Amino acid sequence: MKRDASIALVLFALVALLPLSGEAYWMRLGTTMLMYGVLAMSWNFIGGMAGYPSFAVAAFFGLGAYAGAVAQKFGVPMGFAWVGAGLLALVFAALLGVALLRLRGHYFAIASLVVAEVLRELVNSMTGLTGGGMGLNLPIPAMASVDAQARFFFYVMLLLAAVTFTAMLITANSKLGFGLRCIQQNESAADMLGVDTTFYKVSAFMLSGVFVGVAGAVYASWVYYIEPPDVFDVLYSVKAIVMVLLGGAGSMFGPLVGAAAFLSLEELVWRNYLEVHTGVLGLMIVLLVLFLPKGLISLSQRLGRRGKLR
Amino acid sequence: MSALLELSSVTRRFGGLRAVSDVTLSVPQGEVLGLIGPNGAGKTTLVNVITGVHPASAGKVRFAGEDITRVRPYQAARRGIARTFQIVQPFPGMTVLENVAAAAMFAGGLSYGQRARDEALQHLRFVGLAEVANSNAAALTLAMRKRLEFAKGLAMRPKLLLLDEVNAGLNAAEVDQALELIRAIAARGVTVLIIEHLMKVVLSLCSRIAVLHHGELIAAGAPQAIIEDPRVIQAYLGKRYARAQAGAHG
Ligand SMILES: Nc1ncnc2c1ncn2[C@@H]1O[C@H](COP(=O)(O)OP(=O)(O)OP(=O)(O)O)[C@@H](O)[C@H]1O
Ligand SMILES: [Mg+2]
Repeated sequence: MKRDASIALVLFALVALLPLSGEAYWMRLGTTMLMYGVLAMSWNFIGGMAGYPSFAVAAFFGLGAYAGAVAQKFGVPMGFAWVGAGLLALVFAALLGVALLRLRGHYFAIASLVVAEVLRELVNSMTGLTGGGMGLNLPIPAMASVDAQARFFFYVMLLLAAVTFTAMLITANSKLGFGLRCIQQNESAADMLGVDTTFYKVSAFMLSGVFVGVAGAVYASWVYYIEPPDVFDVLYSVKAIVMVLLGGAGSMFGPLVGAAAFLSLEELVWRNYLEVHTGVLGLMIVLLVLFLPKGLISLSQRLGRRGKLR
Repeated sequence: MSALLELSSVTRRFGGLRAVSDVTLSVPQGEVLGLIGPNGAGKTTLVNVITGVHPASAGKVRFAGEDITRVRPYQAARRGIARTFQIVQPFPGMTVLENVAAAAMFAGGLSYGQRARDEALQHLRFVGLAEVANSNAAALTLAMRKRLEFAKGLAMRPKLLLLDEVNAGLNAAEVDQALELIRAIAARGVTVLIIEHLMKVVLSLCSRIAVLHHGELIAAGAPQAIIEDPRVIQAYLGKRYARAQAGAHG
């Protein structure tokens, strides 16, 4: 645990230097990577640790985005709106978890997939509050320059990523994380062994919701205009899952590595194969997951072992 | 002796099937009770009723003086009811030590950390698995996995240990080892209910035997009385067994 914490500290400190580049492009990419890092790490709680293939990331993200936006519309200061969005996602995850986590495997996956659709329709129909299909404008934060604004949101995402990582590290090295591993391995055996499976699964689901909720709210402020199909996009769920699988499920750095690798690939492929980029990207990811089933992170472990001269 | 476990008129239905039918049975503290009966008699179902996996459709289960008819499996585990599975179920992706430590933490009430691991290792020494403590649980042989089940059961600090065919699939030498282990566990004061097809094992371990047939308790009593009971011979032991017994007696 200490080792992981030190590595993370160095990693986050290095990332914090990125604004020195001064390039808007790198700032935007960095902020996006950190945001997806938060999404992927969050999915790791329920998908990686507990083994429940959740597609609810998009639901938490959209909920957070709209909660933050609506709160600011009613004059709540930005920071409070973000925290409030996280708390709302936390409560929503608890209620949703109690209802959905009775289902297992595909059934759970499908049920969690539908949640974002339902929320989107709800937001669409509540025109008075949310602007419906017209979308919602957010106040533009009063800042000295466009650059200062970019830096601000970059550091906010960095902080959120660091908090999410810390929560993940603490969870993985606690009774909660151990119990989740038992559930992932064999749920009924875990139950027989004294694990309160419902409580543990709902806790994992809440952890997988809260930071995504904040990320959604921060995202809304960052782009200062949101509409239902944008923030309730199922791709948020799919990408988070692919990133974790790409990086290495159940490992500490897998989600972050996966997020960085995925977005780098996406940028690269998008620039070079403009016409067919989704196809090429999909193919590369399938190959990677096929040939590195334990994710990119297993490469470093393999090299590390060789380096130890045993 | 006060009764640790009391079943009163327990019935468990699966659709139209009465897998356990109106069973009344009490197990005193410290007893080693054998539960026998033909395939499909309802033995495993009775264990599932006691542990809350398939709660009773009717009747009451009391444990240590409290009503546990409706408790969930994890609650039964925390109250001190441990079971082994007819089909062994380790956490395959964890080490042998972690498997036992999980039992010590979640049912045994220890917190996460070194103490749970130390205690797990003690139990592994007791069942003779200390050498493989850090191996993957999936890599164990069947006999070792059964012993792992014992270690997990002990780590739960049970008052009552339910053993469901722990000897199935073991060779004669392995069965003898398991017998030793069960005796040692009983000697610690743990009440044991053992489901077993090998009469040799039942007779050498149990102070009392209960017989299930089509979900009903058809007999319960001292081993000698049970093997001579005509209903038990008819339903389970069979004529050949009776004749062999008669021959052995003279
Ligand atoms: N979950 C279930 N759903 C439906 N029927 C079940 C279920 N569990 C057991 N049964 C039925 O209940 C009856 C008793 O089964 P049980 O497994 O308790 O028998 P058993 O005495 O343990 O047999 P064996 O010696 O083969 O292990 C059987 O007819 C079985 O098919
Ligand atoms: Mg059985």
